[in-house]
Amino acid sequence: MSVTTTVLEDIPGAGGPQEHVRTVQVDSHTINFGPQHPAAHGVLRLILEMKGEVVERADPHIGLLHRGTEKLIEHKTYIQANPYFDRLDYVSPMCMEHPFVLAQEKLLGIEEMVPLRARWIRTMFAELTRIMNHLLNVTTYALDCGAITPALWGFEQREHLLEMYEMTGGSHYHVNYFRAGGVAKDIPAELEPKIRSWAAQFPAFLDELEGLLTHNRIFKQRTVDIGVMTAEQAMAWGFSGPNIRASGVAWDLRKAQPYDMYHEVEFDVPVGRNGDCYDRYLIRMAEMRQSLSIVLQCLDKMPLGPVKIADSKISPPSRADMKRSMEALIHHFKLYTEGYHVPEGQTYTVTEAPKGEFGVFLVADGTNKPYRCKIRAPGYAHLQAMEALSKGHMLADAVAIIGSLDIVFGEIDR
Amino acid sequence: MVDALEAAIAAALAGRLPVEFSRANRGRELVLRTSREALPALMLLLRDEPSLDFAQLMDVCGVDHPSRPERFDVVYNLLSMTKNARVTVMVSTDELLPVPSMAPLWPTATWFEREAWDMFGITFAGLSDLRRLLTDYGFEGHPLRKDFPLTGFSEVRYDAEAGRVVYEPVKLTQDFRDFDFLSPWEAMTTLPGDEKVHLNRIEAPKE
Repeated sequence: MSVTTTVLEDIPGAGGPQEHVRTVQVDSHTINFGPQHPAAHGVLRLILEMKGEVVERADPHIGLLHRGTEKLIEHKTYIQANPYFDRLDYVSPMCMEHPFVLAQEKLLGIEEMVPLRARWIRTMFAELTRIMNHLLNVTTYALDCGAITPALWGFEQREHLLEMYEMTGGSHYHVNYFRAGGVAKDIPAELEPKIRSWAAQFPAFLDELEGLLTHNRIFKQRTVDIGVMTAEQAMAWGFSGPNIRASGVAWDLRKAQPYDMYHEVEFDVPVGRNGDCYDRYLIRMAEMRQSLSIVLQCLDKMPLGPVKIADSKISPPSRADMKRSMEALIHHFKLYTEGYHVPEGQTYTVTEAPKGEFGVFLVADGTNKPYRCKIRAPGYAHLQAMEALSKGHMLADAVAIIGSLDIVFGEIDR
Repeated sequence: MVDALEAAIAAALAGRLPVEFSRANRGRELVLRTSREALPALMLLLRDEPSLDFAQLMDVCGVDHPSRPERFDVVYNLLSMTKNARVTVMVSTDELLPVPSMAPLWPTATWFEREAWDMFGITFAGLSDLRRLLTDYGFEGHPLRKDFPLTGFSEVRYDAEAGRVVYEPVKLTQDFRDFDFLSPWEAMTTLPGDEKVHLNRIEAPKE
């Protein structure tokens, strides 16, 4: 506890030599930041010990959104467990499904059999999701720093992307679209022209957004040299994704340990220099431009063909087959009641989610349910460094730091 | 790739620590199993040896195997950015024996170990902050243990008369039903109707 006690006066009292009258000033403010604070980005409860307006100690209390996802997954078949992943980081749902699907494919030994089209679709949607995530983060972060316009503009663009989700998966957020062995269904024919027309106007939007923020004096005053993290510190704190790249570490899992079709697309990895809040913002802006280029490359390179593995023990039969073939009907029934059996084994599978390294440690025991499924959320490690980042800064800077870390409680609390 | 990594780690160890090498995920992931006593020395070596350089601890988690004498596995996933390699380190423990904390080596281990304590009741020696992390204030029990029921023991609701949130034992109008759809021809060892065969079977004489 950082309680500063100052004795202002210590004089003998009126009641004789034994009595003293002491006037003491105690300077300790403990502020309960959140969990209903709009800048807490969800349900963060942050206990801040302040010295005046300076943060002495920051103790995040998390778990207010804990839903026991890992426990629930142990009681569900692999197919039933998939939708839980959408609900982790609800800002970028498809990127959450990605590592779980890849982990299952690894343990099933079907990675090489996943059709090319499905892998291109997954890569493309992972990048669209990255843009969605960064749009929300950058604009609400600007909102935390006092700028309202970016949020109003950004959400319009985000809505276009959510419409693409709805066209493909049937829902705005929780699409349950990536499946072990491919994707749930093929993308509709109208999607490609929609993406292309959206992509044509998006760079202009990014320029406008940058025009609002990048050289904005107020925004820079709030973010430059705030919450500085050196590369060594960032590594010790388990940082990943844009946050570690802002500290000058050129590390991107899409380049270093590519999965799906990332080895076939060309893109640059933006790297920052100072590791402050401003660099974290710049990295996300640059990443959106790179993601846009990846999305267009995916559209160009995507072949036609099946979108699910041909193995009927893993992917469901088509509706038409079910109506005509008894075998297909049995497969359908068995798949949606029993599910598929994943052979015994364990894997730690990671993807570069928009927020950083999102990992799934999956232990399978040969049955139709995961034995253990640990979800490694990037935001968990980032939020933990809150005290290291905000110590000695002002209260208002703590808000900017939370915004710059890109915290979403769905994935942190699980 | 994995072979080279295993050789590099074995060379750095030079047989000084009890480490058991194995592979996971069809031989593509390297798993080191060690004892609790040797864990800090092994982790320090993995982190600081320049030929390995596992500078990042990405994940710590527990796994519960109630049938084993030491029921918990603690799993550490390390990442080396310079060598572009990953390694999984595992130790086992039970409800009482503490595992040395990795927080002195990596500050990020603190929350992961707090979570393992919260979820499994695994204790960590040397961890300064062993508070619960994800569960409610005043929560009892360790929910990710296999013997902890999915529905839990207590539930909360807002009591209008008391004017506050109250905790009560779980009352379910219908028991939680965990349907078992395992196919008899794939995973079931006792077929339906065959239970008596096992009851009446005379055990083979023990040597």
